Amino acid sequence: MPAPMSIFEVSGRAMSAQLVRMNTTASNLANAGAVATTQDAAYRTMKPVFRTSFDAASGLATVDAREIVKAGEAPAKRYDPSNPLADPEGNVWEAAVDEPRELVDMLDAARTYQNNVEVMSTTKSLITETLRLGR
Amino acid sequence: MADNALFGIHGAALEVRAQRMGMLASNIANASTPGFKAKDVDFRAALAGAERGGNVDSSIERNTLYRLPLQPSMDGNTVELVTEQTAFAENAVAYQTTLAFLNGRISTINRALKGE
Repeated sequence: MPAPMSIFEVSGRAMSAQLVRMNTTASNLANAGAVATTQDAAYRTMKPVFRTSFDAASGLATVDAREIVKAGEAPAKRYDPSNPLADPEGNVWEAAVDEPRELVDMLDAARTYQNNVEVMSTTKSLITETLRLGR
Repeated sequence: MADNALFGIHGAALEVRAQRMGMLASNIANASTPGFKAKDVDFRAALAGAERGGNVDSSIERNTLYRLPLQPSMDGNTVELVTEQTAFAENAVAYQTTLAFLNGRISTINRALKGE
């Protein structure tokens, strides 16, 4: 039988889920502007899928990044015959990354991460104070 | 537990505050999960129920409600970080207040026992 979930686990797992989101955003931004010879080889935006995980014993709920999916638009074709990666018709496929959206996502992930850190440190100090009760 | 002679209502209050802290932490953790519905405890009602009935856990369960969002989002998530952060901070301060009451009780008893 698994032990009941604690607030530390709630915030900790939420933090790692946000970290996965931050990592995918970093990969997306790093690959923005990259080109490839075929449509299949071109980079596509990656996104994590968040799912709530409930704990019946304690009534708490945390979040997990269950999987990472390819999302967003399909890579776009651009005519660029001088590019060394161009196919016989002179086209290259550009990575499908929406840069402003990724930046917004990055800020949101960072803020949510900070919120969870704040929850964890407040909880920690309250628990320590409870342990000192009566001294 | 609510009619504890030593701690009075503060023991039950601390328990409700602790449970509410976990619930608000769950809301904040799920701030970006599509479809998550935020929950909160009605502290006053939960404590009053614990005073009458005695069992804190079941009283909290009865008085847990879904949060009504000010501006519902398109992905079905009802967590509003501003609301949750304010509630969490308020709850943390109230928890500390209850701890101060409990500490006061303990030191009173201690002093009486030592005969100072």
